[in-house]
Amino acid sequence: MNWEAVIGLEVHIQLATKTKIFSGAATAYGAAPNTQACAIDLGMPGVLPVLNEQAVRMAVKLGLALGATIAPRSVFARKNYFYPDLPKGYQISQYELPVVADGELTIELDADVSKRIGIIRAHLEEDAGKSLHEGFEQVTAIDLNRAGTPLIEVVSAPDMRSAKEAVAYMKKLHSLVRYLEISDGNMQEGSFRCDANISVRPLGEQRLGTRTEVKNVNSFRFVERAINYEIQRQIELLEDGGKVVQETRLFDTSRNETRPMRTKEEANDYRYFPDPDLLPLEIEPALIEEVRKTLPELPDAKRERFMRDYGLDAYDSTVLTASRALADYFEAVAAQCADAKLAGNWVMGELAGALNKAGLDITETPVSSEMLGVLLQRIKDNTLSGKIAKEVFEAMWNGEGGADAVIERRGLKQLTDRSALEAIIEEVIAANPNQTQQYRAGKEKLLGFFVGQVMKATKGQANPQLVNELLQEKLGG
Amino acid sequence: MHKKTIAQLVAGLRSGEFTSIELTRACLERIRRLDSKLNAFITVSEEQALAAAQAADSARAVGQGGALTGIPIAHKDIFCTRGVKTTCGSRMLDNFIAPYDAHVVERLKAAGAVMVGKTNMDEFAMGSSNETSFFGPVRNPWVDTAVPGGSSGGSAAAVAARLVPAATGTDTGGSIRQPAALCGISGLKPTYGRVSRYGMIAFASSLDQGGPMARTVEDLAWLIEAMAGFDPRDSTCVERPVPRYAAGIDAPLTGLTIGLPKEYFGEGLSPAVGDLIQAAIDVLHRLGAQIKEISLPNSRLAVPVYYVIAPAEASSNLSRYDGARYGYRCSQPRDLEDMYERTRSEGFGAEVKRRIMVGTYVLSAGYYDAYYLKAQQVRRMIRDDFIRAFEEVDVIMGPTAPTAAFDLGEKTSDPVQMYLSDIYTIAVNLAGLPALSIPTGFAAGRPVGLQLIGNFFAEERLLNVGHRYQQETDWHARIPPGYE
Repeated sequence: MNWEAVIGLEVHIQLATKTKIFSGAATAYGAAPNTQACAIDLGMPGVLPVLNEQAVRMAVKLGLALGATIAPRSVFARKNYFYPDLPKGYQISQYELPVVADGELTIELDADVSKRIGIIRAHLEEDAGKSLHEGFEQVTAIDLNRAGTPLIEVVSAPDMRSAKEAVAYMKKLHSLVRYLEISDGNMQEGSFRCDANISVRPLGEQRLGTRTEVKNVNSFRFVERAINYEIQRQIELLEDGGKVVQETRLFDTSRNETRPMRTKEEANDYRYFPDPDLLPLEIEPALIEEVRKTLPELPDAKRERFMRDYGLDAYDSTVLTASRALADYFEAVAAQCADAKLAGNWVMGELAGALNKAGLDITETPVSSEMLGVLLQRIKDNTLSGKIAKEVFEAMWNGEGGADAVIERRGLKQLTDRSALEAIIEEVIAANPNQTQQYRAGKEKLLGFFVGQVMKATKGQANPQLVNELLQEKLGG
Repeated sequence: MHKKTIAQLVAGLRSGEFTSIELTRACLERIRRLDSKLNAFITVSEEQALAAAQAADSARAVGQGGALTGIPIAHKDIFCTRGVKTTCGSRMLDNFIAPYDAHVVERLKAAGAVMVGKTNMDEFAMGSSNETSFFGPVRNPWVDTAVPGGSSGGSAAAVAARLVPAATGTDTGGSIRQPAALCGISGLKPTYGRVSRYGMIAFASSLDQGGPMARTVEDLAWLIEAMAGFDPRDSTCVERPVPRYAAGIDAPLTGLTIGLPKEYFGEGLSPAVGDLIQAAIDVLHRLGAQIKEISLPNSRLAVPVYYVIAPAEASSNLSRYDGARYGYRCSQPRDLEDMYERTRSEGFGAEVKRRIMVGTYVLSAGYYDAYYLKAQQVRRMIRDDFIRAFEEVDVIMGPTAPTAAFDLGEKTSDPVQMYLSDIYTIAVNLAGLPALSIPTGFAAGRPVGLQLIGNFFAEERLLNVGHRYQQETDWHARIPPGYE
């Protein structure tokens, strides 16, 4: 039988506010345990939550970028359960009336195939603290620094049909929140976390199969693996005549498998009810308009513009707009060297390769956009050949200064002096009489050999076009 | 000195007749001598009190200080006080010392008041007799076999017995007004949002409101003026100017219309209490007030609605007491589950556990709509009854409680009987309105309270009516035998 997977994602995104969603404590990552938790974060008796306006603005920004409805009135609710890293015994979240509803995100699958993924809702809530088990004996330690960090949970419609689509969606959302500068999106630090709801059904069936929820898969790679594993597991189960149990599962990254965490029967009844400590969140149209004015050019619009204005193809445009920093970098280089295609090739080629190898982000590149722009100018004005330019790039990467300084110091300036080249070419011809004879007898493939010899003699600095032209002229004679 | 009202004490301090140190010492001495019988205090903070009194005298000496500089007060042990234990009447917080002051505590401190201690209360403010306190019941200064009412029973008894001139209380379903009535003092429950709840330990957040308890309405006016005001730390606190409450209390009552809800004078009201309320109505009528019968048709639903909403909120508010970070923790927990179970079983008393269970039940999947949601709908109907009534009348009046103080142990085995003692006070919290209870006589030697309910933020009007009544009567000036 042919099976179809149905996938929906719930992504928890930490918002990049300076302070927590309901208290004035700092949100910075990595502080000593419990140094960034005030009385409110600790759930002390008598203290009360006060909503952080920045978090609301960020939620509105995301809502607008997703083409969603911003609720004029939304309500914070308490989600009640006991856990040591949940100081109040409830999490303040939004339940029946979320701040953002009914949006969409378009993902690019192949060069010209895109797909619209529905966004059911996005709601504001507070993060929990962390329970620490490693390094402690007999006890569990609690770090409440993260407690109260603002989260926006984005819930997609079950519109994805493969792990690949799910990853594309996640990447797109990740890119979007960084474009909007509402989250650092740092997945290692837990700023961007994903739960996947997965079910399978016979192809053509309209009803949904029983789903499982795989919790806390926090890298693109793990999402792909966890979903693929889960799809396979469910299909095998059903083909063997079994049934999928609705349950929450965890992805074990070391074994690459999911396993049950809790079933629906033992699931918590969260006893949601409106939080009486907080008034309903009312968002005026004026605030929405104010936030709308701060929206940057969004990835899709930028991609379109790159294709239109720079003449790049869909693939290159997608890659170059993956992050706002990369797109900005590319545009600066393209402006400097006045050749978008060349700029694109270098940014996606040499630069991306070097960054990848060094494990650096575009924002951490040692070669600034201006440095790369100058280098590409030197290709354009024939100072450098493409090959030598790579050597110069490497030198710049290693901190040897700008392109012109490297060229000067290493004497890499391209040889374009016609008479000097003619002399070298005559020497090469004289030194290789056999090849010259064969060439003249019609074995024109040997031209490459002669080019190589000239390049060798000039340490690669000869202008390739000129060498070609002169060689043909001399050999032909 | 202990017989003086705040207004008189302020005059005495100002004229140099006595100092705050002398006054504070006198309070501490009376507490030492008389409280062993009453059990009104959980903590007496003598050292801090004397230091604060000293500072108050120094401030007065150089012409500084606020309206209440040097006046001793007690705080209900539900208000967090930095450096002084705050127990909320519970074993759960028997060892809890907050690193912050409640807004009310801060405000009264800023006005110069001197805290002498923390008063006994029903555990987590859940009770109408002060019998659910982990620290034992409080006795009524008028009749020592009777309860003082609750949950602010310690504050009411301390003020009635003249241990302190004033105390703070909190009122979720009548917890200021009912003990004020049962102890023969004056108590004001302000409009919801008038006084910040910051640092006031939550029982039912949408109903809780802090307020003053004192001997006279004039004193309440002084106190509420210091306590009220906007606090950005409480999102439900209303940003609205604070009137000079004491300034308008002498206004004549001509043109005032008082509404008497027929539902407050029916079955369940003790005839003796009913007679005293009638006598009070006659006094106010003589002072120029028009009297009009009104109806609050959904009144009978107030108690059942309250006992859905309040426990629901409480079950969530009290989840934080889990033994993990502060407060009581059971000894030698085997694992997490065991820590939760035993900490909460051992740390909470029976009434608190009963309400947590009721609250958990009414919020559960499958019951939420039938109980919690329905209760919220009825709550709006109750509120609408009052809004309609205030289109016709300025103040609503009736008994604070259906009977005078009952005996210790009389209702402890029957929670529903206990709950019904708040039958006239609860609707006010559901609606969010302000209300005042003032002494209006005695039934068989036990004090009876008159309740005045005002429109939203109409505290000034209530204080005005209450003060004029106290100008005509002397019930508020009576002192319990043995405490003269």
